[in-house]
Amino acid sequence: MSELQYKPQDFKSDQYVRWCPGCGDHAFLNYLHKAMSELGIAPHETAVISGIGCSSRLPYYMNTYGFHTIHGRAAAIATGLKVANPKLSVWQISGDGDGLAIGGNHFIHAIRRNIDLNMILLNNEIYGLTKGQYSPTSPRGFVSKSSPYGTVEDPFRPAELAFGARGRFFARTIDVDGPTTVSVLTAAAKHKGASVVEVLQNCVIFNNGVHSILATKEGRAEYAIQLKQGEPMLFGLNNEKGLMQDGFGLKVVKLGENGITEKDILIHDAHTTDNTLHLKLALMQGPDFPVALGVIRDVEAPSYDESVEAQICEVQKNKKVRTLTEQLMAGEIWELK
Amino acid sequence: MAEALNIIDLENVVVRFSGDSGDGMQLAGNIFSNVSAVLGNDISTFPDYPAEIRAPQGTISGVSGYQVHIGTKKVYTSGDKCDVLVAMNPAALKTNIKFTTPQSIIIIDTDTFTKRDLEKALFTTDNPFTELHISNTVIDAPITSMCKESLKDSGLDNKSIIRCKNMFALGLVCWLFNRPLEHALHMLEKKFSKKPTIAEANIKVLTDGYNYGHNTHASVPTYRLESSETQKKGFYMDVDGNKATAYGLIAAAERAGLKLFLGSYPITPATDILHELSKHKALGVKTVQAEDEIAGVATAIGASFAGCLAVTTTSGPGLCLKSEAINLAVIAELPLVIVDVMRGGPSTGLPTKSEQTDLLQALYGRNGESPLVVIAATSPTNCFEAAFYASKIAVEHMTPVILLTDGYIANGSAAWRIPDLASYPEITPNYVPEGTENWKPYNRDPETKVRYWAVPGRKGFEHRIGGLEKDYSTSAISTNPANHQKMTETRKAKIEYISTCIPDLKVEGNEEASLLVVGWGGTYGHLHSAVKECNQKNKPVALAHFNFINPLPKNTLEVLSKYKKIVVCEQNMGQFAGYLRMNFPGLQMTQFNKVEGQPLAINELKEHFIKLMEE
Ligand SMILES: Cc1ncc(C[n+]2csc(CCOP(=O)(O)OP(=O)(O)O)c2C)c(N)n1
Ligand code: SF4
Ligand SMILES: [Mg+2]
Repeated sequence: MSELQYKPQDFKSDQYVRWCPGCGDHAFLNYLHKAMSELGIAPHETAVISGIGCSSRLPYYMNTYGFHTIHGRAAAIATGLKVANPKLSVWQISGDGDGLAIGGNHFIHAIRRNIDLNMILLNNEIYGLTKGQYSPTSPRGFVSKSSPYGTVEDPFRPAELAFGARGRFFARTIDVDGPTTVSVLTAAAKHKGASVVEVLQNCVIFNNGVHSILATKEGRAEYAIQLKQGEPMLFGLNNEKGLMQDGFGLKVVKLGENGITEKDILIHDAHTTDNTLHLKLALMQGPDFPVALGVIRDVEAPSYDESVEAQICEVQKNKKVRTLTEQLMAGEIWELK
Repeated sequence: MAEALNIIDLENVVVRFSGDSGDGMQLAGNIFSNVSAVLGNDISTFPDYPAEIRAPQGTISGVSGYQVHIGTKKVYTSGDKCDVLVAMNPAALKTNIKFTTPQSIIIIDTDTFTKRDLEKALFTTDNPFTELHISNTVIDAPITSMCKESLKDSGLDNKSIIRCKNMFALGLVCWLFNRPLEHALHMLEKKFSKKPTIAEANIKVLTDGYNYGHNTHASVPTYRLESSETQKKGFYMDVDGNKATAYGLIAAAERAGLKLFLGSYPITPATDILHELSKHKALGVKTVQAEDEIAGVATAIGASFAGCLAVTTTSGPGLCLKSEAINLAVIAELPLVIVDVMRGGPSTGLPTKSEQTDLLQALYGRNGESPLVVIAATSPTNCFEAAFYASKIAVEHMTPVILLTDGYIANGSAAWRIPDLASYPEITPNYVPEGTENWKPYNRDPETKVRYWAVPGRKGFEHRIGGLEKDYSTSAISTNPANHQKMTETRKAKIEYISTCIPDLKVEGNEEASLLVVGWGGTYGHLHSAVKECNQKNKPVALAHFNFINPLPKNTLEVLSKYKKIVVCEQNMGQFAGYLRMNFPGLQMTQFNKVEGQPLAINELKEHFIKLMEE
């Protein structure tokens, strides 16, 4: 990989960006360009693979190699690409429908196999492209065109699904939060193995304001917690609140109340192998808990694509045949003279 | 010598080994065919597996068979009926009697014809032969007890001893056909190289079986199959169609200088291609056992985008699931080989039986105008060529190619001369030429209409492709009506152009006949044999057999229109006939269709052809 310095501009294609004005995908796209420029991986060594959906249009706006594929299959196509050429930096772009409904099977298996992909889930809790049906992340009771009386099913929580598939990297951000988005994207790219980044994304047309409570700096200070490796889990406008362990669960505490000091607050460790606390953090939601943003889990494990290469090397060490003819001639054969 | 007088010369012989699925009939049959091939005979074999994996022992549903056809000249099928039937138990006798003629010799294990065994096979009397109305020559051999006797000092447990009884039967058959045992012994040593006691036991029982024949059945004639001189010199091995397919793909990757990638999900009868390719890590082959059929093809498409020779293998139900992704490769114009080993359908259908019923699905089973190349393999060894040329066309013409094989040729095996790969044509990917400026991904060769390929990692050729229609010149997304018309016509023209790169349709048999038999794919051996036998009887008939289905060879109409009568023979209800009618309106033809899951019967074909001639 080259060590060249890139500008966000270098990752931008000349195509007109067609998302609705105000769509959260615009902001995300800009931060992705920025993150890629910071990574220093050349555009020609980067490939962006998407499925179908508004969000899946993204590859057309990249000046990298890109493939806008079919609904739900981005993870599987990205898997083939990465296994075929592990040297590429491969990004998968999916919406909540693309990744978790029609593509749910590929999503969990790419994570389980630990393919070294950066799997971006743009979660607007709606089907945007097909004009507003509920999705597998829409909350119970959600009213949409296909659920006029509200849904009668519970949603997937992407982190839970990822962890159920043995996910080693999970991060969350929100479309409008530039610094967090850029930092989780670069962390995802640096993580070797399947990295899932859930992006809370606004659909101005069909689900406007779905994440509005977290859309402002103040809102995030109050209702979200920015997790940072090795730092205490504090949040609030003045960092006056924190998280503590409480039996088998977590609790929100106020510094200074009941003699609680910063020393009592949990310190974030994304690298711990056990995922119990990571899951607890990832599943926190209002009104009682802040939503966790940042890198929640980041644990190393052998990636599938590198293991495939390693196995080939290992076999080649012990077996000298390199052509089909050599292989066949070494088998059960006989000669007719 | 008296013995020598009892030797009968034969040109062809069909032996069918049958028994319980645990009786090792596949191994016995496989060794017998190999031993014969080493002697210079041509061979064609077909295993007949039971539908259930572990049916109760001794029952009809647990019967497994392996048919071996041996000839002093070239043999084309595993044979309709057998000359020798080995039936290791009553259930095997009952299910396989339909493969015998009144002249067939039947070898039975008398130890397994007890009252209980007969009941398990649902015989209602204690004489299975009268019950089945047969009066064939039967060699009664107490195979189980002889096997036990042979190994009584071996130290093996009873179960392991009984497992060797297939070798006793094999020894007997080897004696009957004058097959020296050396090669068989060598094969057993190799097969059980990690278990020397088992190897020794098998070898002992095999030898005892041979000697038993020699000592006790001197009055039964034995047979001689002189090795044919028609076989080409060289190194040979035994391959089935699935192995040959795998080798053809590896050969193509080698000729193209590409890495071979397989994405696949296990499905009968295609799984053995996955098994085979998974072995060849030393050759750099990458295989992914995907989470489902869609991921199988999707990973292959990803690998194709990455610049590999990318393949997915499946059978009919899997092809259904893959169709949307195949269409992505159609519109993205990426090379992809899809191998469909056809089985009986619809739905799960007859998973272990063979049909040609996926033809129209392969041609048309996708949304939109979606032309792609369809090729069919004609025999186990032809799977190698077919896979090689499927790959060559896919890579050179940037298109998905569906290769149709079927359960019969996939599992059937034959002696195969290891080819000289240097004599195969090169495969040249249509890469974007060095130094190209202002390149767009859908720029194409003006003559072939093939777009130029730029593989990720190559600097200066970053580009985006996808499932949305693209502009002919700018390669950007386009919904322009005239452009869509143009792109649709271009994709069609690209596939049609391939007809100039494939061999012309040839006619065999009596070219001057007024009746032309038309077939495609895995029925070749049966059609060839039926046509040959008709001509030998002075019933003139010609045969045109298709490997290339889309596009058709360019001389197809010219050939077909020469004949007064055409009969299209297929293992489906007339799919190729319908395809020909659509391509050549006005062309008259009749049909011969069978969907019994069994290979076509040569005799039945002959009768049909003769009747047509006389009409
Ligand atoms: C096989 C198939 N089924 C259905 C569709 C229709 N479809 C396109 S996108 C989509 C859902 C998009 O939702 P999501 O993945 O959340 O993406 P968003 O538009 O919200 O970004 C659906 C149902 C399709 N393109 N292909
Ligand atoms: S419909 Fe929603 S998700 Fe789609 S582009 Fe518009 S705002 Fe974005
Ligand atoms: Mg969505």
